[in-house]
Amino acid sequence: MAPAGPRFGDAIFANVERVNAELFTLTYGAIVRQLLTDLEEVEEVNKQLDQMGYNIGIRLIDEFLAKSNVSRCVDFKETAEMIAKVGFKMFLGVSASVTNWDADGTCCGIVLEDNPLVDFVELPDTCQGLYYCNILSGVIRGALEMVSMKTEITWVRDMLRGDDAFELQVKLLKQVPEEYPYKDDE
Amino acid sequence: MQFFGGSEISPSPPVPTASGNNAHMIYVFNRNGVCLLYREWNRPLHTLNAQQDHKLMFGLLFSLKSLTAKMDPTNLDKGNLGVPQLPGQGCSFHSFRTNTYKLSFMETPSGIKIILVTHPRTGDLRDSLKYIYNLYVEYVAKNPLYTPGTPIRCDLFDTTLDQYVRSIA
Repeated sequence: MAPAGPRFGDAIFANVERVNAELFTLTYGAIVRQLLTDLEEVEEVNKQLDQMGYNIGIRLIDEFLAKSNVSRCVDFKETAEMIAKVGFKMFLGVSASVTNWDADGTCCGIVLEDNPLVDFVELPDTCQGLYYCNILSGVIRGALEMVSMKTEITWVRDMLRGDDAFELQVKLLKQVPEEYPYKDDE
Repeated sequence: MQFFGGSEISPSPPVPTASGNNAHMIYVFNRNGVCLLYREWNRPLHTLNAQQDHKLMFGLLFSLKSLTAKMDPTNLDKGNLGVPQLPGQGCSFHSFRTNTYKLSFMETPSGIKIILVTHPRTGDLRDSLKYIYNLYVEYVAKNPLYTPGTPIRCDLFDTTLDQYVRSIA
């Protein structure tokens, strides 16, 4: 197992091709804006962002595994640390911390102190129900599903709604065992 | 954050272990047993039709993996033979060799299986398989036209893979 830690994620972040942060932030903002116009309902936009994130996540996991060289995590705790310390660092250039474990180690909070998606963003009164960064929860859900973990991800704290940080609650629903995919030979 | 594009693949490819084209064929499967890719370079003998051949190969690897894990004398917590395993669980084999060919195998935690069949005297190909996985990420996973879970149709991937495999085995 390669050493996990902020530096490890830093090293990968330094080696991949990056895009200008403001361009990225503004592009994402434009997408959300367009979705709000197209779909009209804030609830629908949340769903759509989650779905977009999911589609990103199921591809992103392969890049994560190929570049970070991590092998299997022994438990969900290690998985959560890996997402927070390596994953966020590698793809967004920020680090996150893991807190609020429940007793049986299947539910935790990932806290983002710094979130590049929300620079220059203010939610108008009409969009109070919007989870602006819902794409992130979709990405994590999609990526974990590809390594056979079904998860449920919800926003607990959101700075755009006046909280002091961003916090995602990640809840492990079940681990799916590998099964022989073919039916009996015809 | 990065977008797809003409980026260099990192890490750089491992140093070739031999010269000349000794590769027979390559398979790439996903978790659901779908053959994403099959290429052959040198395979005079076909005994089955393509679909049966892929199925047989996938089945062989699936069983061999649980068999080798079952035989593992070092690990205490093991499922019984035949019990579905979580992907990546337990020990796993990376190659086997017969008198006529060598099969190298890599499985990622996301369930992508890469199989390369080469000349029996080829050296350790684990780094090469890892590099092929990197090629897959750059040219397939990041290709917006590719639908995950379907057979790979991507010329750029094909040519790069072909060049690389010719250079290693």
